[in-house]
Amino acid sequence: MKVKVLAFARLRELLGGDRFELDVRDGATAEDAWAHLAERCAGLLPLAGSTRIARNGRLLSDRAEPLSEGDELAFLPPVGGG
Amino acid sequence: MHAIVRDCIDAGALAAAMRSDACGAAIAFAGAVRDRSGDGRTVTGLTYEAYEPLALSEFDRIAREAVERFGPCEIAIHHRVGELRVGETAVAVAVAAPHRAVAFDACRYCIDELKARAPIWKKEHYGDGASRWIENDCAEPDRP
Repeated sequence: MKVKVLAFARLRELLGGDRFELDVRDGATAEDAWAHLAERCAGLLPLAGSTRIARNGRLLSDRAEPLSEGDELAFLPPVGGG
Repeated sequence: MHAIVRDCIDAGALAAAMRSDACGAAIAFAGAVRDRSGDGRTVTGLTYEAYEPLALSEFDRIAREAVERFGPCEIAIHHRVGELRVGETAVAVAVAAPHRAVAFDACRYCIDELKARAPIWKKEHYGDGASRWIENDCAEPDRP
């Protein structure tokens, strides 16, 4: 199934773009999607612990819940607003 | 109401627009771009970006929390994105309340929580042409 990925700030720069479509297996989780991205870009690995993930506009507390076709995942590095 | 904007922010005008006859106090916090970084480098400007839908819902959640904690008040939070020069306003929190204590407390709470929680990022640009992403000290990745 396909999910949409949004990347921001340093993640966007590391991945070379702000929007992607990922092909993941049925039942894949946000953690799986992150692993897909990290395979593509090893520079993401040190950011694993500090990156938050939002699914369809809501912060995920459980990255192990299964995704659905067409979900939008936003990968959010540590914030710096204000 | 709350907004992510691409144009100049006028914090004073925002506060004035919040006032009503029930509110004796109207205040605004304006956060502007400084010419020095935390470690003393010359800053020429900042770039901000936001995940807008989540930033706006976070502004709303923070403002509701402020009302619950400090009492009835009207709150507007505006944050600018894009390229900003030194001296330009990046963020404004305007609060109108019946009395000043609630207004000050709510305003302080909103800007502190925004810096810790809102999905907004800033890149500092330096006089020597370098740039880097800046994380707020108060930002906690696991914070809800």
